Amino acid sequence: MGSWYWWMILGMAVVTYIPRAIPLTFLEGRELPEPVQNVLRNIPYAVLGALIFPAIFFIQENIWFGVIGAFAAFGIAFTGANVMIVVLGSIAVLAVFSVFI
Amino acid sequence: MGGSEFSAGIKAGTSIAIGYFPIALTFGLLAKTTGLSLWEATAMSIFVFAGAAQYISLTLITAGVAPAVIVLNTFIVNIRHFLMTASLNEKMQPDDRWKKALYAFGITDESFSVLATQKGNKLSTAFAAGVIVIAYGSWIIFTAVGHLIGANLPQFLQASMSIALYAMFVGLLVPSMRGNRKVISLAVIAGLVNSFFYFTEWLSTGWAIMVSTLASAIFIEWISRKGVKA
Repeated sequence: MGSWYWWMILGMAVVTYIPRAIPLTFLEGRELPEPVQNVLRNIPYAVLGALIFPAIFFIQENIWFGVIGAFAAFGIAFTGANVMIVVLGSIAVLAVFSVFI
Repeated sequence: MGGSEFSAGIKAGTSIAIGYFPIALTFGLLAKTTGLSLWEATAMSIFVFAGAAQYISLTLITAGVAPAVIVLNTFIVNIRHFLMTASLNEKMQPDDRWKKALYAFGITDESFSVLATQKGNKLSTAFAAGVIVIAYGSWIIFTAVGHLIGANLPQFLQASMSIALYAMFVGLLVPSMRGNRKVISLAVIAGLVNSFFYFTEWLSTGWAIMVSTLASAIFIEWISRKGVKA
């Protein structure tokens, strides 16, 4: 790659950093109106919903990986297991599944 | 004191490191086939640290798209982090702006999810640093490893590990869902709206996640306000 590549990386770094840094620094020490605070507090759970669905079903071309993986993850999580167990358990379930297909 | 918070952060971030492992490895491999040198590929992971945007940039480089367009596209893909860091700011302990500017660099979908779902009211800067250091380290190291070995994991392992980050999101969400209708509604509505955008292809992934998150968060706040008044 030529020098354009390094300019591109610089540009990508800057435009990726801006949305990460502006709210955390600009909003420091500022009290937002209560409804806005409430909406911001709702965001983590809404983000998780949007990050999981529908992408979890399409992790592989074979849709069964996603379907079985999703059932495994939710199944293990509902037993009250911690995050690491959910992650490793879901991988293990799919590893076993992939041996059988 | 800060030290134990930092270790707790490392521990909480370990599932991200595991989830990044197959993705970073594949990124390193694809970067190599795209024609990037080891240093060029690793530098992108070091300076940009954004999975989806990095993958897309490889596709665009191969297609011969102008670098300025790739930069613009990166911004569009990552604009959703505005929402996440604004939300995270409510959760973090007040601290010097330069410290916050420093750890802001490490906020990804994954580190945000881990931080924002922690119990307790105010998260320490040291804890956030721990989560980010292990996630960032995994991302950089396995990018380089993927490029160096130039081969992927065995197919069955690659396929089964592709669930890792989603399993982590599920593992973070479910404990808060138990008996909490508000949390369930927030996740389900955002998931449904996002699925709608996915299948209609009306919005690209970055925008779809942002719009569905915001729609769900505002709608639920509006409903619960009405509930209080009634």
